[in-house]
Formats: sequence, structure tokens, C-alpha cells
Amino acid sequence: MARRRRSRYLADGAARWMVRAGGGGVVVALALIFVYLFSEVLPLFKGASVERQESYVTADSGTTAPAYLALERYGEIGMRYSRDGELVYFRLGDGEVIRRIDLAVPEGVRVTSVGNGEPRARRVALGLSDGTAIIVEHNHELEFPEMGVREVVPDPSFPVGSEPVVVDDSGEALTAIAVQKSRDDTGVAAQTADGRMLFVRYRVRTGFLTGDREIERESYDLPAFGTPVTHLQLSANLWNLIAADAGGSLIYWDISRPAEAVMRDRREVAGEPGESITSLQFLNGTFSAIVGTASGNISQWFLVRDETEDAGDNIFYLARARDFEQHPGAITAIQPEYTRKGFVAVDDAGYLGIHYGTSARTLFLDQVSEEPLVGVAVSPVNERILVEGREGTITEFDLWNEHPETSFRALWSKVWYEGRSDPDYVWQASSGSDSFEPKYSMVPLTVGTLKAAFFAMLFAMPLAIAGAIYTAYFMSPSLRGYVKPTIEVMEALPTVILGFLAGLWLAPFLENHIPVVFTVLVGLPLAFLVVAWAWAQLPRGVRSRIPGGWEALILMPVICLLVWGLIELSPLIEIWFFDGSMRQWFTDIGITYDQRNALVVGIAMGFAVIPTIFSIAEDAVFTVPKHLTQGSLALGATPWQTVTRIILLTASPGIFSAVMIGFGRAVGETMIVLMATGNSPVVNFNIFEGMRTLSANIAVELPETAVNSTHFRILFLAGLVLFAMTFIVNTIAEVVRQRLRTKYSSL
Amino acid sequence: MKFREWFKSGDPWIWLIGGALSISVIMVVGLLLLIAVRGFAHFWPAELVETTVSAVDGSETVILGEQVESETLPAHRVRESGQLIDEETLVVTRHLFKVGNRDLTGRDFVWHLEPALGEWHYPEDAMMVERREWGNFYGYPLRLEENGQIVAEGENLWDELQARIERANELHARIQQIERYEIGRINSQLEEIRLEERGLDHRGVTGAEREAAMADLDARRSVLEEQYEELRAQRNDLQEQNERDVLHARTANGQKVAIKVGDIVMASKNNALSLAGKAGFYWHRITDFLTGYPREANTEGGIFPAIFGTVVMVLIMSVLVTPFGVLAAIYLREYARQGPILRMIRVSVYNLAGVPSIVFGVFGLGFFVYMLGGSIDELFFPERLPAPTFGTPGLFWASLTLALLTLPVVIVSTEEGLARIPRTVREGSLALGATKWETLWKVVVPLSAPAMMTGLILAVARAAGEVAPLMLVGVVKLAPSLPVDGEFPYVHLERKIMHLGFHIYDVGFQSPNVEAARPLVYATALTLVALILILNLSAIAIRNRLREKYRSESD
Repeated sequence: MARRRRSRYLADGAARWMVRAGGGGVVVALALIFVYLFSEVLPLFKGASVERQESYVTADSGTTAPAYLALERYGEIGMRYSRDGELVYFRLGDGEVIRRIDLAVPEGVRVTSVGNGEPRARRVALGLSDGTAIIVEHNHELEFPEMGVREVVPDPSFPVGSEPVVVDDSGEALTAIAVQKSRDDTGVAAQTADGRMLFVRYRVRTGFLTGDREIERESYDLPAFGTPVTHLQLSANLWNLIAADAGGSLIYWDISRPAEAVMRDRREVAGEPGESITSLQFLNGTFSAIVGTASGNISQWFLVRDETEDAGDNIFYLARARDFEQHPGAITAIQPEYTRKGFVAVDDAGYLGIHYGTSARTLFLDQVSEEPLVGVAVSPVNERILVEGREGTITEFDLWNEHPETSFRALWSKVWYEGRSDPDYVWQASSGSDSFEPKYSMVPLTVGTLKAAFFAMLFAMPLAIAGAIYTAYFMSPSLRGYVKPTIEVMEALPTVILGFLAGLWLAPFLENHIPVVFTVLVGLPLAFLVVAWAWAQLPRGVRSRIPGGWEALILMPVICLLVWGLIELSPLIEIWFFDGSMRQWFTDIGITYDQRNALVVGIAMGFAVIPTIFSIAEDAVFTVPKHLTQGSLALGATPWQTVTRIILLTASPGIFSAVMIGFGRAVGETMIVLMATGNSPVVNFNIFEGMRTLSANIAVELPETAVNSTHFRILFLAGLVLFAMTFIVNTIAEVVRQRLRTKYSSL
Repeated sequence: MKFREWFKSGDPWIWLIGGALSISVIMVVGLLLLIAVRGFAHFWPAELVETTVSAVDGSETVILGEQVESETLPAHRVRESGQLIDEETLVVTRHLFKVGNRDLTGRDFVWHLEPALGEWHYPEDAMMVERREWGNFYGYPLRLEENGQIVAEGENLWDELQARIERANELHARIQQIERYEIGRINSQLEEIRLEERGLDHRGVTGAEREAAMADLDARRSVLEEQYEELRAQRNDLQEQNERDVLHARTANGQKVAIKVGDIVMASKNNALSLAGKAGFYWHRITDFLTGYPREANTEGGIFPAIFGTVVMVLIMSVLVTPFGVLAAIYLREYARQGPILRMIRVSVYNLAGVPSIVFGVFGLGFFVYMLGGSIDELFFPERLPAPTFGTPGLFWASLTLALLTLPVVIVSTEEGLARIPRTVREGSLALGATKWETLWKVVVPLSAPAMMTGLILAVARAAGEVAPLMLVGVVKLAPSLPVDGEFPYVHLERKIMHLGFHIYDVGFQSPNVEAARPLVYATALTLVALILILNLSAIAIRNRLREKYRSESD
């Protein structure tokens, strides 16, 4: 007996623990959703972190100035060009020289200028004092000497031959040089010591039979400019040439037709007099130039189409898009990232800065060296940074910089994207091209979400609330028994079905019968009033046969007939008033009409939220204590007065919470918007245009995104925003409803 | 009654809000009717219309097909599109015909304007042939050939054709059986062997042990390959037999066409069918639709895999959601200390029901698929990496995500049920000396079982109709194999599934031939709506019975 009792108590205790663990576990699991979403989003807003690794001196880094530094993606070797005309491949970690390549600068000739192309083209040009140039690619190869062992091997090449190529026919020294690779061509722009500007294209042809390499050369004189230029950069399509001059100005030549090249624009960069430009580099894609000055200012510039009336086609000017955090010393070197719109910069105060173009973020800016820094390189996969000090110390850093593209401002305010004429809200997350600038503005999506929800509520609210009041207060109980479940069952209807009907049936139907929208809007209420008036004129005997509370039923055939009639009338209305096509008429007066538009979404999604609002509002109205309404009626108020003065007032919190919950549902609805809109992320409130919502955007883009990329996390952010939004809205609604319940019970 | 007086009485307002309700009800009913009519009509054998179409240049062509729909347009708009309509006409009607013969004309749906059409005939001899490829054929049968020899012509042609179509369908079913199951089984066994081989590498087995294992694997592989060859020969043989018969037919325009009987699913002379014949045909097509596999990029054939996928997913979800939902409800109602904190937790749990389903999809993809699935793969299926097993969307993750999504539904419903149990019942049990657990387990839970049932049914109904999260965590447009089959371990939790709701989205919006797919989408939608309505109505019925029961008990 005692043992039995013991086992019973044991079972009781075990059950208690099991239920606690299980139940508590469920609650925790649900909380986990929020925590997890948050943890996925958090890295977006972390800056970059930099961790110092080895420092060393390599080759002759102490004795010669660096001309250019580079890293390869595996983090094994680094490349260093020196001003003496030498390219050194050295091992990362200890700086041991792996290979030293003499770039064959002829006897008695000096390197007078250095220029580099896009980092991923790995091309550097050395301008020489005799008007020639050496063009080098610091390539490397992968070798697999045995299973599972990878070796990175230097493999420099000379795309236009290892002999110096002629840039200036008259043999003047090249004081500034730029190089760029464009498909088969190599473009070189240079300034000579006597102030001429030159642009030369080289093309290597391999003889079809002989296999000989032959270099074709086309040379053009560009309109020269008074002050000498200090930096030159060529765009990747060889259409634009940007230069910085000694006076602190940025100059832009249009060389798309080199024979008729023109200098299009010249802008002051300097904020203060005498502030010279000390560094000029293109960002990935060569659309934007990053300009660093002697006082540590860094700004981003790009070409914007001139849209004023008298400007011709394809006339561009230089625009200062944004500024970055100021460095304490003069900027000495800038290197762009290989695949994104970011760059690293160093200055002569020993500071290293990591900046990002689109988001205008400075992710890291700190002193990393006591020496003034003179060179910097970033690895192609953004995992490592290399800086060189004036004394020749090379220091390596490990870099974590996964999500520089986002900042609160980049997500929520207007951003000036490359090549656009103005700052704007744009969502365009991906494209085929490497040099594409991802545009992650949440504004179009949020506006789209709100627009869809707004039109849905505009459609659903009057119908659902009016219907709820009528059902709860006026309708005969027998009819109510059928009507309420009918509408409530709709809540369970899969939205994919509503979406499919909206997209494939309603949208084309409305497109062909636009006038119906307006005639029904005006016609139906009028018809109700006419029927009501006619009903009031009927003899009392007829009216009393049908008890009160059947108005809705009487109106049903009227609605059906009227809507059918208006549909039939629609083509005629189009002929009479709109020259046969209302859609064309819209276009003529400047309103865009998409087939799948906000109107269609409003109706379909309104349809989806009507049952939600109806059901809760009906409950709220129905549970208004009877003694209130009866009191009102007994004091001589008409039923309608009772509705407006008593019922609406008392039930208003309930109706409010119904609307909130309906709104929450409309905000998160996915399938309807996905199917019934064109999913174009536009920012407007035109009812005849489409939109893209947060939820539809997730459904469209998430399956195709790389895991843990910025885009992936931004989509998680969209999910989190949706989650928070609906959760808050629902909680408010629920609290209001609870309060109401307490209030009723006390009345 | 004077107008002003009438207006002041407030009656017009009552009529107006009554009208709002009428509109809602009409929309609801209208929507259901629209789906039902279009869905059911899809299977009904339509009359085949033959008529002439005169083109702008005066030439006439004959068309034969089904009239799908008609609409009236302002003549102006038609004139703009370059078709000739005389000046007096204000509106014109145009008809959409399904004329099939996609292989000949390139488009199987065409709009024709009423004025351009001649008289409509319904020829008795016209036939509709449903083919495995290229959609329907509309035309007239000429003769039937077997290996180039005419076997039937004229009178007996139709009966002979039907018999041979039946034979062809049987052959086709056997070919399918071989391809889908038998060859599939061999392939999966070969894959198994390949994985075992990789497993050897992975575990670093070397030397004699490895050689023995390899020899064993090779032996097994050669046996399987032999079997495979045998099956392939068998299949080729069947295929050859299926090429035997050819139906020669002509289109309405007189073009001669040869159709392999092996390619025919069915042929029917719709205009000649009696009402009973039509009903039989109707029934036949409905069963084909519900039990068949999709063809032609899902735009034709049946939806069986989608139904099956939905059902399996929902079942697994039920298994997952019920115990946890019930446990959580019992905890919240019976064990947790009641107070403001608990009330907050409860409101939060309830509110999760209102969180957009896509958010659950995002969570499922990130947490379940990539995090949990990725870890499972690393622990249990290292030899298959980098090809993911559980680290990719699939059945189990879909079910788990939906279980999370529907958890609040079950919790809310169960709590309601628990709250409805009269206190007297509990107190009686406790007074008789039962422990709390015994009271719960033997008295309260059985009494509230119908409420749990209701919750489960509502959860199932919601899950069956949910599409957005599934697009992220496990459904595909065309799954190569069903998630449950005769292969060990019988239920393949890692496989991707097809789903009715996603099928609607996919066929309706992503298919190359939307016009052809539309009737099928309506039919699929009808299936889904029917499924969900039945589930909901049964939940309502159970709830009502339950209410009645306790009302009488507590009184």
C-alpha cells in the first residue's frame, strides 16, 4: 500500500516535471524565433575588426619606396612593386622573398610615374623618363604538387611585351600614367613632362600562321590642361579619364571617341586653399573615384548624366557623392576592394581606414603604426590587409569585414547610387555583373507593404465593420446563424487561392472593365438607398410580412442584378466617355496602369482580412451589454441613434482591435501580393500601379541567396521587421480587447 | 412617409450597413461558386465546335475546338489592334477557343471575333484526343494502322481504337512502373554503394580490409548493373510494342496527321456522347486527375503527388504539434503559477498565431535547414557532403516549420477546452484522493480531448493551405519521387515534396502555357478548398457538440 502510494506520488512528481519541461520548452522555443532572427541580423551592424599579425621587412622595402602593393586570395603571398622597377613576390608571415623580377628598365632611364588598373585585372604600368612604359600583370598560378597540397606560384606576365612600349613618340618623360584593361585592349593615358596629355591603345595580335605577337598601337593627343596633373585614372571601358591636378581639382575627359576627346568638367575638391590631392583611385567597376587629400579628407565622386535641357546626349559631369570620416594625416595610399564598393586607405599619421562607398560607412579608423604609412593592400576576399610604413616595415592584419554595405542610413534614407542623377530609394539586390552596386533600400518594400495593407483596409474596413454591426445588432437571429459561420469559414480559405484568382481572373477582368470599379462604387450605395426608400413606401401590410432584420437578404438580388448590369454597361461607358478605352485614357492623362495593381491587391487582400475584422468586431458589438441598448431604446432613441451613440462608443475598443489585427494580417500576407502584383519595388501610392512588399520580397529572393551574405541577412532583417510589426500590433489589439472584456463584465 | 422624416429615422443607414454585409456574403458565396463551377466544369466533356474564320484578306479557315469563354469589348479597342470591324458596330463579342494541335499550329488557344466567324456546327464525328505530349488533338479519325497495315477504317474504327488505346495505356503503365520504381530502386542502391565507397575513404580504411570491402561492393554493383540492363531491355521491348499502332486523322482544315496510339491517353467523340456517356467520361477524368501524375510541366495530367505530399506533410506535422501543443496548454493552464507574467506569456503565445507565416519560413530556413540540418549532415552523413542530405529544404523541415506555425492554434484550442471543464469535476476527482496527475490524465484530458481534436483539425486546415513558408523550406514544383515508398526507411524525411497550394502558384504563375494550365489550376484550387472546408466544418461541428455537452453537464 505504502509502496503504491509512493509510486503514485513519484508519478505525480515526474508528470509535473515533464509538463513543466515540455510546456516551458515550447514557450522558450517560441521565444527562440525572435532571438534567432535577431542574432542573424546583428552582424549587419557590426563594423569591421582588424587584428594585427606579423610585422617584417622584406626585400628592399626599407630602402626603396613602394610603387604598388597587392595580395592574392589565398593569403599566401604578397606582391610589391618598387620605384626602382622591381616586382617582388614575398611570402606572407615572414616576408621571405619568393621571386624577384627585374622589370628591365633600360640603362639610364628612370621610373617617373606609376599607374594601376582595376585590382582584379592585376595590371600596373610604370612610366619611364624616355616616354615609354612597362606594363606588368602580377599574376600567380595554383599548383598541386601532390594530393591535397596547394601551392601558389608567382607567374608575372607582360601583356604588351616585356620590352617597354612607346607612349610618347617624342620621348618626353611620363610624369603621370594610368593603365586599364578593356577586353583585348590595353589603354594607357599619360602626361608628359612638357604638359601634353596622351591616350594610347595597344592591342596584341597573334599572327594566324606564324604565331608571332604583333602589337598594334593607336595614339591620340588629348586636350591638354594648364597645371600639371598628379594622378590619372582610366575607366574600364576606356571611355572616361579622370585626373587630379596640383591645384586640388578633379578633371574629367570624355575619351569615348578618342580622336574627338573633350575635357568635360573640372571641380575643386579641396575644402581649404592649398589642400592638394594626394591619392586617386577608382572603386570596383571604375564608376566612382575616391579622392584623398593632404588634410586627410576622402570623398567619392562619380559621373552623372547632365539632364538639363541644352545638354546633348550622354554628357556627364562630376558629382561629389559623399564624404568619409576624415583621417588625421595626409592620405598616402588607397586600395579599392576587388568585388565590392569599399576601399582601404592609409595616411602619414599611421592611421588605417576601412571605408565603404554605398553606405558611406567608415568601418574602421585607427592608428596602426608609429611610422607614417605609405602603402596598403587588401586581399581579394577581404580577409587580410597589408600596410607598409615609410621605414619599410610591412605589417599584416586579419580582417573581418562581412557586411559593410548596410547602415541604418543606407537602409532607410535616400542613397546616391553610382551613375544615378539623384539620391533615391532603390531596392535592387542582385545582378549578373561583378561591378554591380547592390541597392538595399528598405523604403520601397516598406512603402509597398503599407500601400498594399492600406488599400486592403480601405476595402475591408467599411464592409467588415458595417457588416459586423448589422449582423450583431439588426439581423434576425435565424439568419445570423447562417451568415456568421459563412463569413468566418472564409478565414480558413488558403490565401494562395485568393491570390491566384486575383492574378489570373480579377486582374484581367478589371483591366477590361475599369469603369465597373467606379460605377459600382457609386451605384451600389445609391441602389441601397433607392431600395430602402421604395421599401418604406410599401404598404404596411406588405412590409410587416417580412420581419425586421432581413434587409440584407432583400438587397442580395439587387446587388447581383446591378453589378451584372454595370458589367454589361462597362464597354458602352468606355465608348461614350473614354473614346473606347479607359486604360488608354488613363495613359493619356498621365496615370500609369499596370494589369496587376494595388486595386486588385486591395480587393483580394481586403477579402482575406474581412473575415478577421468581421469576426472580432461582431463579437465586440454583440457582447455590448443588453441593458445599455435597451435603456437607450426605452428612452426613445431610434435604433440607429442607439448604434451611433451607444454601441459604437462602447464597442469601439473592440472594433479598434479588430482593425489592428486585420491590419497585422494584411501587412504579413505573402501569397496574394506575390501573385496579384507585378512585384516591382516602386515608391508611390498610385492605386493603378503595383508594388513589392517585404513578405513577397522574402519569398522571391531568399531561396536564391547565398547563406550568410549581406543580402541573406537583410532579408532576415525584413522578416524581423515584419515579425516585430505584427507582434506589436497584435499585442496592442489583444490588450485592448482584454481591457474591454473587463469593462463589459463590470457594466 | 416623408423623405426627410424617413432620412432622419436612420433607416437608410441600416439599409446601407445591411448592404455592406450583403456584399461580403455575395463575395464569399460567389468566390466559392466561381471555384466550384470552373473546377468541376474542367472535367466535363465540352461540345466540339466547328466553324469558319474569315481573315482580313478574305481567306477562310476552318477551326474545330472547345469554346472556353467569351467577352464583350468596345469595337474601338479591337480596331486599334488592326482587325477589321465596320464603323457602325459599338461593341463586339469575342470567343476564346481551345483548338489544340499545338504541334501543328503553335498555339492551342485562340481568340476569334464573333463577326469573323461563320455558322457553328457540332459534328458528331469530331474527336478530341488527349496526348501525352503536345496537348490535345482535335480532328476527325481516318484509319488505324498496325505496323503500316490498315486494320480498321470507317464503322468499326472507333471501337478498335478504344481497345488499342486501352492496350497502349496498360503498356505505358508497365513502362512507368519499370522506370519509376524498379530502375529507381536500382539507382538508389547504386548510390548507396557509391556512398559506402566514399565512406571507406572517409574513415580511412586501408589495406586488406579495404580491398575486401571494395571487392564486395564491386560484386554488388555488377549484380545491380546486370539487373539494370535486363530492366532496360524489358522497357525497350515494351516501348517497341507500344509503337505498333498508328492512328491517322485529319484536322478540321484537312491536314493529315499520324498519331501513335502509344501517345494517346484517351480519345472521345464528345458530341456523340450520351448524357450517361458524358457522366462516365466525367468520372473517369476526375479519378485520373486525383490519382494521376502530372505531365507536360505540370500543365496536364493529375495532381496525385501534390495531394500525397500535402497529406504526408500534414500528418508528420500533426505528430509533432499535438504532444507539444497539449503539453504547453496543460502547463499554462494547470501547472504554471497564474499571474501577470503568465498572462504576458499567454498573450505572446496567442499572438504568434498572427505573425506572418513567411516569418516562420525565414526562421525555418535559417535555423532548421541551415543550422540544424547542416549539423545533422556533418554528424551523420559526412560521406555525402558536400551534397546536403538534411541541410537542404525537405519534408521534415517543412513539417517542423508548420508545426511551429500551428502550435498557437493547438495551444489556444486545448486551453479553451481545459478551461471549460467544470471545476466540480476536478474537485470531485481530487476529493476522492487522486493525485493532480491522475486527475489530469484520467479525468480532465479525456474530457477535453474533443477540444484538442478541434485544435488539431484547425491546425491541419491551416497547414494544408499555407504556402509562403513552404516555398522556403521544402516544396518543389516537381518532385522526382514520393516521400513514402517501398525503399528503406520507407518514409524519406529528407526528400522534397509537392504541395497542392504551391502547385496552384507554380502552375498558375510559372508555367509556360498559362492558358492551358488555367482549368487545371481551378480544379486544383477546388480540391484544396474542398479539403480545407471539410476540415473546418468538422472542427466546427466537434466544437458545437462539445459546447452542448458541457453546457448540459455544468448546469
